[in-house]
Amino acid sequence: MNKRKLQNYLGVSVLSLAILITFGFLIVFIIRMFYMGSSVLSWDFVFSSPQKGMTAGGIFPAVVGTFWLTTLAILIAMPLGVFTAIYLTNYGKPVWLVRILRISINTLAGTPSIIFGLFGMAIFVNLMGFNISLLSGALTLAILALPMIINNTEEAIRSVPKDFSDASLALGATQRQTILRVLLPTALPNILTSTIISIGRIAGETAPIMFTAATFYSRRLPKSWNDEVMALPYHIYALMTEGTHAEAQVPIAYGTALVLLMMVLSISAIAIYTRYAIRRNRKW
Amino acid sequence: MVNTRIQTQDLNLWFGKQQVLHNVNLPIYDKMVTAIIGPSGCGKSTLLRCFNRMNDLIPETKIEGKITLGEQNIYCSKTDVTKIRAKVGMVFQKPNPFPKSIYNNVAFGLVIQGRHSKCDIHGRVEESLRAAWLWDEVKDRLHTPAMALSGGQQQRLCIARALANNPEVLLLDEPTSALDPQSTAKIEELCLELKKSVSILIVTHNIAQAGRISDYTAFMYLGQLVEFDVTEKMFTVPKDKRTEAYLTGVFG
Repeated sequence: MNKRKLQNYLGVSVLSLAILITFGFLIVFIIRMFYMGSSVLSWDFVFSSPQKGMTAGGIFPAVVGTFWLTTLAILIAMPLGVFTAIYLTNYGKPVWLVRILRISINTLAGTPSIIFGLFGMAIFVNLMGFNISLLSGALTLAILALPMIINNTEEAIRSVPKDFSDASLALGATQRQTILRVLLPTALPNILTSTIISIGRIAGETAPIMFTAATFYSRRLPKSWNDEVMALPYHIYALMTEGTHAEAQVPIAYGTALVLLMMVLSISAIAIYTRYAIRRNRKW
Repeated sequence: MVNTRIQTQDLNLWFGKQQVLHNVNLPIYDKMVTAIIGPSGCGKSTLLRCFNRMNDLIPETKIEGKITLGEQNIYCSKTDVTKIRAKVGMVFQKPNPFPKSIYNNVAFGLVIQGRHSKCDIHGRVEESLRAAWLWDEVKDRLHTPAMALSGGQQQRLCIARALANNPEVLLLDEPTSALDPQSTAKIEELCLELKKSVSILIVTHNIAQAGRISDYTAFMYLGQLVEFDVTEKMFTVPKDKRTEAYLTGVFG
């Protein structure tokens, strides 16, 4: 074996090793999760309330809580994010203003999520008086999702070929018509896919809802946006840190983690499938 | 007797500090094909884009001079640019149909002008597709994606889309440079047919093409209009040395 072949062989081996290690971790992680959590996993676990101080029963209030927190957060963040992105891509003037906006958005994107939690508590819970509630939590999560949605939407709009907007303007369309009839419809599939992915991200966040929405233990479901709610990620945290019956609580925690993982994975799967379907049909 | 559809007077254009067009005076005659030829970078496309104010979209563009369409100065501050663009249609170098159906591509110009009557739009779509010689090829699949058409068909669809607005002038920016010879020939023939109802201004890199389809030719060099004349005259006895050099292939 000559020197160059050897170098090539070594190079490929290092790359393969990196992949093996990554996959190894993922597989060990999933097996461990199933091993620890599968004993409690059942339909009954997902659809019933916790009992006996979280040492028995299910997690239904947390599933519902996470569902509402995420849905509300996306409903708030999506219009805001999409409008901001449209402004930045189409109207953004003067240049210095756009630059400041971009820096702010990227700073927001890089902020640790616990800071969002504190911010949410200071603004929504205390200052605006929404208390610890579904609404405060959803607003906090919305702010967390905003930079993701803005950046993704911007990218989606920028990926629409300039030919399309040129054609539209040359036919006598106004800028507003060009955005509404050409840019957005063309970018929409990509905007939706990336939004679905950010749903997965915020569903798993713990820190932002810790001080703004989540409660340890509730046997009933939230009735309005003023209610405190249970949420899956926070429920795991609570099970692992509070309470005195570790032998009963730890499997429930892993079971909850599995449910959360499966929810997030199936959301991602939907996103991946939509993206695949779009790419297959796209012809430009 | 030829009527002037568009008159250009002392047109100067700058991109930032760089002057791209110098004192251009060019008439576009009614129901004639006028070709603009010249080497790359001479400002042909920029000049073409002055006539529907597409240069407005490029930041730091400065324009001096006058372009009159009929009685109207299109660079007057009161002019509604969307109306100008509806009257002066444009077809781009690369076919650029929208990712919509064939029907919706042609109907686009009508819908954005607020015409909503189904019959009205339907009739106009058919008329435009017929005028662009595309109707027979697509009449059975009007609601299928325009992107599935061949390159030549897509370009004729773009022509139909511009025709739907019933324009007075049609600007063609190297419309055949991305097409095969057969599609090119078809579009050239189509131009000769269309000039019965609309004035055509075509930018082309292909001297032979200018010779085949244009009535008048303008030769541009380094941002200046060097020569403008009846095509036959210019191609047989060019007045300017530079025109002669370009036509005989000394540079370009």
